[in-house]
Amino acid sequence: MVMKSDRDQESQRAFTRRALLLGAGKMGLASILVGRLYYLQVMEQERYRTLSDDNRINVKLLAPPRGVILDRFGRELATNRQNYRVVIVREQAKDLRVALNRLADIIDISERDIARVLKESKRRRAFVPLTVRDNLHWDEVSRIHVNIPDLPGVDIDVGLSRNYPYSTDGAHVLGYVSEVSESELTDDPLLQLPGFRIGKNGVEKVYDEALRGSAGRSHVEVNALGRVIGQIERHEGQTGKRLDLTIDIELQKYAIERFGEETGSAIVMDVHTGEIMTLASTPAYDPNAFVRGLTPKEWHDLISNERGPLTNKAATGVYPPGSTFKMVTALAALDAGVISEEQTVYCPGHYELGTGLFHCWKKHGHGAVNMREALEQSCDVYFYEIAKRVGIDRITAMANKMGLGLPTGVELPSEKRGLAPTTSWKLATKGEKWVTGETLISGIGQGFMLATPMQLAVMTSRIANGGVNVSPTLVRSLDQAEIEEATPPKSLGISQRHIDIVQQGMMDVVHGRNGTARRMKLANDVLMAGKTGTAQVKRITMAERRAGIREQKDLPWKHRHHALFVCFAPADQPRYAISVVVEHGGSGSKAAAPIARDIMEETLRRDPATSSGPVARSTHPETSEEG
Amino acid sequence: MSFKEVGSFGETDLTLKRKLGTLNWAVVLLVGLLGAIGCAMLFSAAGGRWDPWASRQAIRLSVGAAMMITIALIDLRFVMRWAYTAYFGALALLIGVEIMGEVGMGAQRWIDLKVVKLQPSEVMKIALVLGLARYFHGLTYEDTGRFTLLIPPILMVFVPMALVLRQPDLGTAAILGMIGAAILFLAGVRMWKFMIVGVAGLAMLPIAWSFLRDYQKARVMTFINPENDPLGAGYHILQSKIALGSGGVFGKGFMNGSQAHLNFLPEKQTDFIFTMLAEEFGMAGALGLLALFFMVMAYGIYVSLQCRNQFGRLVAYGITVNLFLYLFINVAMVTGVIPVVGVPLPLISYGGTAMLTVLMGIGLVLCSDIHRELKISRRGPEEE
Repeated sequence: MVMKSDRDQESQRAFTRRALLLGAGKMGLASILVGRLYYLQVMEQERYRTLSDDNRINVKLLAPPRGVILDRFGRELATNRQNYRVVIVREQAKDLRVALNRLADIIDISERDIARVLKESKRRRAFVPLTVRDNLHWDEVSRIHVNIPDLPGVDIDVGLSRNYPYSTDGAHVLGYVSEVSESELTDDPLLQLPGFRIGKNGVEKVYDEALRGSAGRSHVEVNALGRVIGQIERHEGQTGKRLDLTIDIELQKYAIERFGEETGSAIVMDVHTGEIMTLASTPAYDPNAFVRGLTPKEWHDLISNERGPLTNKAATGVYPPGSTFKMVTALAALDAGVISEEQTVYCPGHYELGTGLFHCWKKHGHGAVNMREALEQSCDVYFYEIAKRVGIDRITAMANKMGLGLPTGVELPSEKRGLAPTTSWKLATKGEKWVTGETLISGIGQGFMLATPMQLAVMTSRIANGGVNVSPTLVRSLDQAEIEEATPPKSLGISQRHIDIVQQGMMDVVHGRNGTARRMKLANDVLMAGKTGTAQVKRITMAERRAGIREQKDLPWKHRHHALFVCFAPADQPRYAISVVVEHGGSGSKAAAPIARDIMEETLRRDPATSSGPVARSTHPETSEEG
Repeated sequence: MSFKEVGSFGETDLTLKRKLGTLNWAVVLLVGLLGAIGCAMLFSAAGGRWDPWASRQAIRLSVGAAMMITIALIDLRFVMRWAYTAYFGALALLIGVEIMGEVGMGAQRWIDLKVVKLQPSEVMKIALVLGLARYFHGLTYEDTGRFTLLIPPILMVFVPMALVLRQPDLGTAAILGMIGAAILFLAGVRMWKFMIVGVAGLAMLPIAWSFLRDYQKARVMTFINPENDPLGAGYHILQSKIALGSGGVFGKGFMNGSQAHLNFLPEKQTDFIFTMLAEEFGMAGALGLLALFFMVMAYGIYVSLQCRNQFGRLVAYGITVNLFLYLFINVAMVTGVIPVVGVPLPLISYGGTAMLTVLMGIGLVLCSDIHRELKISRRGPEEE
């Protein structure tokens, strides 16, 4: 009994010892767990909290409404239209094909759309809405709404899409918005949004960042499958800024209509402020088509059209300025003192330079003409002579002063700078010395000389405003705040007397007995000063002459001369300058001047300052010279 | 010769009334509290609904608690008399799953008894404790030093381990092995023998690796570097760690655990329920729960130290080791300390067998407590 008890005690002691040892081991293991919890929940807390939020919070970008673009009278040129889309949710529709076919009975859905939705549904999760069709018509929307109970999974979704109410009339000023391409991606997260559109041309492109606004954010809670459980918070984005243009869209529309079937461009510019009231370039494209996306055929038609509907001819079309350049030559000569106002040059109809013979447009010559008469009748020989006297470098220096050969800085993308040549330019680019013959043809705006209609409008404005370096602008205000001009216009330092002579000559073009545009007088006796120009595209060859082709209208369209006309009015109190280029229009006086005259009349009629009655010169005789 | 030295409480057994008086009601309440926490977490896991988990868990808890108290009131000698029967019965069930077991979760683990799906491996944990305690009750300290006498208990451990490994259930097999080792250690098997087995075990590791199924190998590899494959095999551990870490010190609040409620957390109602608790109640909640468990285990150790018969001592401690292993493996697994081996958190995780076997085990501890003054002769209760 004692033995047994001892053994029992021995066994119990061993047990107690080992039980405590094992208990200590457990405590050791337990402390690992406590340490681990401390590590995860205290030390690494921040890291895991971020990971947890990343897990559950999905940030969705919200596209802000794009800023509207208005004309000078507040008419909407570019707005955001509600775009109704019909969407379908696969998990609610059950059989997608059946549901789509049923939907196709109600509204027009192409087989291509159905195929696209079915294909997309395989890649997306069942609860993601798939767009079946967008840009629904209102009656399509109401038809779907009526049938919604029979269309499980079908819903109407509203988005915003850009709309251009004036369609082609505003196209070349406004440009358009379209989907972002790979090369246009910046760090703005908005550009990553599917379906987001940015300005691709016109002021939509130049002011894109201001119009775009900033992205809103919607924080939604999602589960492990990406299904949205609820919205946590929502920051609305900043709407894009409102852009007020100087354009009078109704005037622009008038100008485009006035061109009719002709191709070309017209610019109406305020000679004092530089505000562009009309920038017409025709033909044009419909910017709305770019927003919804062009079909390959539409695109092909646009790019293969020889009249270039995609080109903004006003700012990116370059033409030889022809006789419209003669004011520059005149000013350069007067400035250099190589000729006086009254000094005459005899025009026998041609001009001899060494062995070369330079023709005047008038075969039998103008006789002896002074500067005013030379401008009035656009005598080429007079300008050959004074160009030769003043030299190309001084002509080009004056051209630059008048805004030719340099970008005008108008708020349009890819503006062309034209070309006003110099002797050093020719040496540098062609490796040849300048020859005097080139000076002669440059003096009448041919040869290397190239200008955009925008530059011609600037040139005309600077003559009209007495030699102030006004610059063109399309924008009145951004976000309703006036745009401060970087450098206020200042005088170009041209003698007022010289400007007056040129202005007189230009007035004679319209009002003189022999003026090249003498039939272009304005109604109500408003005085207009102008200058015609005809830029040669291709000389009529001897072969063509023998074939009986003598006149421009007999030539193929592509080979006819460009017709130009620049003018300003009222001539005694200049307010508006206009430049018109009719591509392959034939002659400036016949094709361009009538269009410019009509636009000027419409401009004056619409001028709020003269709405009580166009400014008339009371001192001017009632009857003016008919030619 | 005093009354106690006769080897029993006296001529008559303890009365039911006396037993109820001696029953440690504080521990019963503690266990009830743990079960209630489990139901609350299941309520949260279902998004604030009693269905489908919390209500059924509450019923199981009530049944299990009744069973626990019933077992506590049984005479320990009666338990001892049926210990081998229980062991061999559990072994028969394990062989049963081999023959007619249902394939669930890629492993044969359940016998469908229509009323309840029985997991024989869980039952085996209790039965093994009983069987080994019964065996070592009959051995003296010197006997445990004799190698031949160690062969039967080693077989008692290895046979069920081998069967469970075949299912295959690595976690439970490891737990069975560790329970066996703990009881052998407590019974007095010499230290150097454990060392030899330990060294031999390490040497066997490469061989054991080749026997592992692909998914078991994947679990181990995933454990070594879970961030390697965040959407594949490492997903569970990573999401669990995110849930724990984001819970912080005080948690996101009851029913506000975003990881669990947005389904980022896998198996949140079973193996990963501790993660969910720690996400919603933070480190404070997690340590609180661990403290409650340690109180139950401290009670088990206290009973084993107080008990005057070897059987009761080994049962109480063996059950405590079982409970500890459940807790440790589960928490270590969800916190990324060890690989995911599929061990539930006792009393908290949703599941029938684990809950019932743990409550039965605690019932046995309570029983040993009630009978702590009982002395039972080495040859067993049959002799008396």
